[in-house]
Amino acid sequence: MSRPGEPDGVLLEVHGLTKSFGSVPVLRGIDLDVREGSVTVLIGPSGSGKTTMLRSLNALEVPEAGIVRIGDVAVDYGQAPGKKLLTRLRAQSGMVFQGHALFPHMTALRNVMEGPVVVQRRPADVAREEALSLLDQVGLADKADQYPYQLSGGQQQRVGIARALAIRPRLMLFDEPTSALDPELVGEVLQVMKGLAEQGWTMLVVTHEIRFAQKVSDQVLFIDGGFIVEQGPPGELLVAPREQRTRQFLRRILDPL
Amino acid sequence: MPVSGTTWQLIRDSLGPLLDGMLRGTLPLTVISFLLGLALALILALMRLSRVRLATGVARAYVSVVRGTPLLLQLFIIFYGLPSLGLTIPPFPSAVIAFTLNVGGYASEVIRASILAVPRGQWEAAATVGMDYVTTLRRVVLPQASRVAVPPLSNTLISLLKDTSLASTILVTELLRKAQEIAAPTFRFFTLYSVAAAYYWVVCVLLSFSQGRLERRLNRYVAT
Ligand SMILES: Nc1ncnc2c1ncn2[C@@H]1O[C@H](COP(=O)(O)OP(=O)(O)OP(=O)(O)O)[C@@H](O)[C@H]1O
Ligand SMILES: [Mg+2]
Repeated sequence: MSRPGEPDGVLLEVHGLTKSFGSVPVLRGIDLDVREGSVTVLIGPSGSGKTTMLRSLNALEVPEAGIVRIGDVAVDYGQAPGKKLLTRLRAQSGMVFQGHALFPHMTALRNVMEGPVVVQRRPADVAREEALSLLDQVGLADKADQYPYQLSGGQQQRVGIARALAIRPRLMLFDEPTSALDPELVGEVLQVMKGLAEQGWTMLVVTHEIRFAQKVSDQVLFIDGGFIVEQGPPGELLVAPREQRTRQFLRRILDPL
Repeated sequence: MPVSGTTWQLIRDSLGPLLDGMLRGTLPLTVISFLLGLALALILALMRLSRVRLATGVARAYVSVVRGTPLLLQLFIIFYGLPSLGLTIPPFPSAVIAFTLNVGGYASEVIRASILAVPRGQWEAAATVGMDYVTTLRRVVLPQASRVAVPPLSNTLISLLKDTSLASTILVTELLRKAQEIAAPTFRFFTLYSVAAAYYWVVCVLLSFSQGRLERRLNRYVAT
């Protein structure tokens, strides 16, 4: 499905993304294509820049240089983009954080409705119906009126996913959505994400759940030291990585002892 | 000394006029100054939290001056001082201005701290659903900050209620001045001032009571 200004089904395009904190370079020229409807998993050591990269795609972080295009919105960070443009870029993607990002003073339903009603000014009754169906989709139809503190970590993350979906983004970004959860709660969140992938959502996921990458993703990126060191289909990169650094990393997370 | 019948008589006769001083002087002065003061305090707090150096500097200097000078003197400067610069303001508006400026200074520190107490992640979560700065404040940050701010702001309100008695020195007919006016011709200061004190105390108790209710309401979404 290609739209004007969007070459051959590539939904997300990143060129030369560069970001430093002070004098410390964190992203050192990232290039990346993500096809519409595909799932990309990002793996890499702690501090390698995965979060910074996701945040740059969502304009939560403003890189010094590089081009990010999502759908028909393109931002050249080197050209000091204005607030308006960054807001448009941000609206193209939904972001799910590690945890604790729900609005604690709002019910699950209100969390999901907030963007559509307050920002996008959609009619409240329509937004409500849609929010309820999104909560149903993440398996929480019966929790609509609960406050975040009344929900488990896994349930909170699923509300977070519904909230991100509600702004009708074209791309979903996940930053280690399960790493703050108790092990027995990880599965319910991954299930929801797998469901989204089956529905054709385009997703970029930072995770160290290798099984998820194997079963759900179309491509895996290994990032280290601010570079994409290696990329490929999960069947290759996770099974027979070409790079020494990828091999070492996978060995460490698959067999920490 | 037994309380004579005439004392009871005096108390009964003064209850009405003193209530009038409370309802038409002290309370309006307190409420108006507090609300305007809160608005000023929010602006000052946001200035101090902003990344604009001039704004932070101005807000910081303002708070320093307000907190570093006596409230009574602030009242005198506005009511007795400004006329010599050609600006004469009647008693009640003078008092409103002085108390507003004063509450603004004190409450801005409270509001600033309560905004800082809201986790950074809440600003970011708001941004990801598309909220701008003002919407984030209104929908996400201030509702959460208010939970932290209500107890100290209640103290500010209660102090303000009592401090409005200072307005009697600039001829505002509030509760204390009413008591003075009634007492002066009869020299029954002890009785009249005691009744006035009782009025202040009752209103403070009512305020503390509603503070408790408000705090419970704001805490309903927090795990206990
Ligand atoms: N706001 C910041 N200010 C200064 N340095 C930062 C900031 N955010 C991140 N960094 C640094 O940038 C580097 C990359 O951080 P980032 O969070 O992107 O890594 P990550 O790959 O997500 O790591 P993890 O797996 O631990 O989440 C780290 O060295 C980190 O200390
Ligand atoms: Mg990270």
